[in-house]
Amino acid sequence: MSNKNYYISTYCSLQNGALFVNGKATLEMDRSLPFIVLAKTIYKETGINYPKFFKMDNLSKLAFLTAEFLLEHSALSEKDVQKMGIVLSNKSASLDTDRKHQESISDDKNYYPSPATFVYTLPNIGIGEISIRHQIKGENAFFVFNTFNAKGLFQYAASLLASKKSNHVLCGWVDVDKEEYKSYFYIVSKEGMYPHTEEVINQLYINNEWKP
Amino acid sequence: MEALKQELKESIIEQLNLEDFTPQDIEDNDALFGDGLGLDSIDALELIVMMDKDYGIKLTDPDQGREIFTSITVLADYIAQHRTK
Amino acid sequence: MRQVFLTANNIISPLGLTSDQNIAEVAREKSGISQHTDSKILPVPFCASIINNEVLDTAFAEIGNATQYTKLEKMMLLSLRDTMEQANFSISEKTALIVATTKGNIDALGNDFPSERAYLPVLGEVVQTFFGFKNEPIVVSNACVSGLLAIAIAKRLIQNEFYENAFIVAGDIVSKFTLSGFNAFQAISDTPCRPYSKNRNGITIGEAAASAAITSQKTIDAIEIAGDGSSNDANHISGPSRTGEGLYNCVQSAMREAQMISEDIDLISAHGTATLYNDEMEAIAFNRSKLEETPLHSLKGYYGHTLGASGLLEAIVGVHAMKNNTYYTSLGMDELGVSKPLQVITQVGSGNIRTCLKTASGFGGCNTAVVFKKSED
Repeated sequence: MSNKNYYISTYCSLQNGALFVNGKATLEMDRSLPFIVLAKTIYKETGINYPKFFKMDNLSKLAFLTAEFLLEHSALSEKDVQKMGIVLSNKSASLDTDRKHQESISDDKNYYPSPATFVYTLPNIGIGEISIRHQIKGENAFFVFNTFNAKGLFQYAASLLASKKSNHVLCGWVDVDKEEYKSYFYIVSKEGMYPHTEEVINQLYINNEWKP
Repeated sequence: MEALKQELKESIIEQLNLEDFTPQDIEDNDALFGDGLGLDSIDALELIVMMDKDYGIKLTDPDQGREIFTSITVLADYIAQHRTK
Repeated sequence: MRQVFLTANNIISPLGLTSDQNIAEVAREKSGISQHTDSKILPVPFCASIINNEVLDTAFAEIGNATQYTKLEKMMLLSLRDTMEQANFSISEKTALIVATTKGNIDALGNDFPSERAYLPVLGEVVQTFFGFKNEPIVVSNACVSGLLAIAIAKRLIQNEFYENAFIVAGDIVSKFTLSGFNAFQAISDTPCRPYSKNRNGITIGEAAASAAITSQKTIDAIEIAGDGSSNDANHISGPSRTGEGLYNCVQSAMREAQMISEDIDLISAHGTATLYNDEMEAIAFNRSKLEETPLHSLKGYYGHTLGASGLLEAIVGVHAMKNNTYYTSLGMDELGVSKPLQVITQVGSGNIRTCLKTASGFGGCNTAVVFKKSED
């Protein structure tokens, strides 16, 4: 068993119209807003200038925005960020976009599959979008679990760090399925605020805070 | 032809998700690919789908596509000559 | 850190229902690709590598009810069953189950199975329940590196003592969903694919399942997973990096861990999808890694591109190449059509193959490399 201790340094979540960074509400909007409206509003209000954002599917938009705020609030150097591992997970993979592609091929008389839609029918594309935005060339993995799986993320992040494949790992959950959306990202490093344990990961996911 | 060019500008903005642009931002003879609109290889393929869907023109050679998509004017000329819809 | 090995394995494909059957066909340069006409999948005739449904159902009937499982599930369960029968360990609390796929039961979005079957955790649960695995399945969906990444994930978790061993299974099916998408990318060749060739013009899609036993316990013919690495190009979500950035980085990472230099690699089982850009990118990355003189093949000419299965399936063939000390042909090659030199294997031959580098790349800019090594006694 790896005998090194690791720490969570920054965490960020977006759900029910609210963006939390390190446990503090940074943006709060109408929770009934459809995700696509929320995402574009956040983009415009926070002055992000990245036109490719509008080409992304909802899952990638959610991954992109969460990573944007997470990294903005992290103390990592640019060099450290660019070597980070990214380990994301969800329940629906890319089904939200898969349905869109499926619809475009379901009528033989109106058969116009779109390459721009098809490319997003893989859940790891969001990792690609984050990587391009921040020039992150490290380890990647996308897992699919029935519910949030702190153990799965904990074990893999700890393995990457112990094997020195990554010095920092961006971990999290990012899911979009019809009207439901939720993201929760955190950074694991050799130093940080909270101990990297399954319990802490779960507490931050559920409560946005951890009290020892 | 002017109506077609306007239609193309609106269509491109919508199909390629160029939300920061209006039709007025796209000059008839400006390069579509390259710096201006930031279009990439996926956009080129989307335009090929648009040609088929909206104008009934089937392009199977991506290199041919690159020539036709040089500018709005070149694109409009090609469509006017080859459209079946 | 302790050593981890790949031992028992299986391949389910048009070339056979066991690894041995598959290797025998590959040794004969026999391809599983043929022309198909099926308007339910594509409006025009197409080349693909498709498993015969009757053959699959007949074999599956010996272990389960063929009507209760999807095609992909039958392929995966049959494969894993064979691997588990050969393995020298059985399921315990310290056994991981890793399931790798890009689209899973995507056909459930349009067929008689309930659409919930399209959720990947449900696929994982089907496999878990069938064999009685005690831990929640780890489902990996990371584009076309999924099958190879599954090996790396298993090895890393076992090395760090979170598990003692693992069974991994990877698979994907040919479907209207994927064919229509790749067709929209104009990425599909009208003839069987020709990796690295001057006349290559795209991929051929295939379906397959593959599985392997991964363990920290050494056996006589165990192949060691000596090093692994993953790296993102950070360049484009569908086009590969022109400098081969991610592939170069992950090859370096894997070789560094395996404590090897380029001269130590005896065989490269590359990704070689036969698109203009992928094969060119690989040529650049392998040259940067000083591997331009290492015998290399792509197996896509036998199997087509089996997406999530490809990394594991092709790694298994690489492992058998090592055991048989045989260089298998890179099928479909005519004349080298990349800008940098590569030693593409053009006929079956013998050699002392102690090590094999397997690589994979995929949409989203992902790249993965694994180095395999014959373990010393």
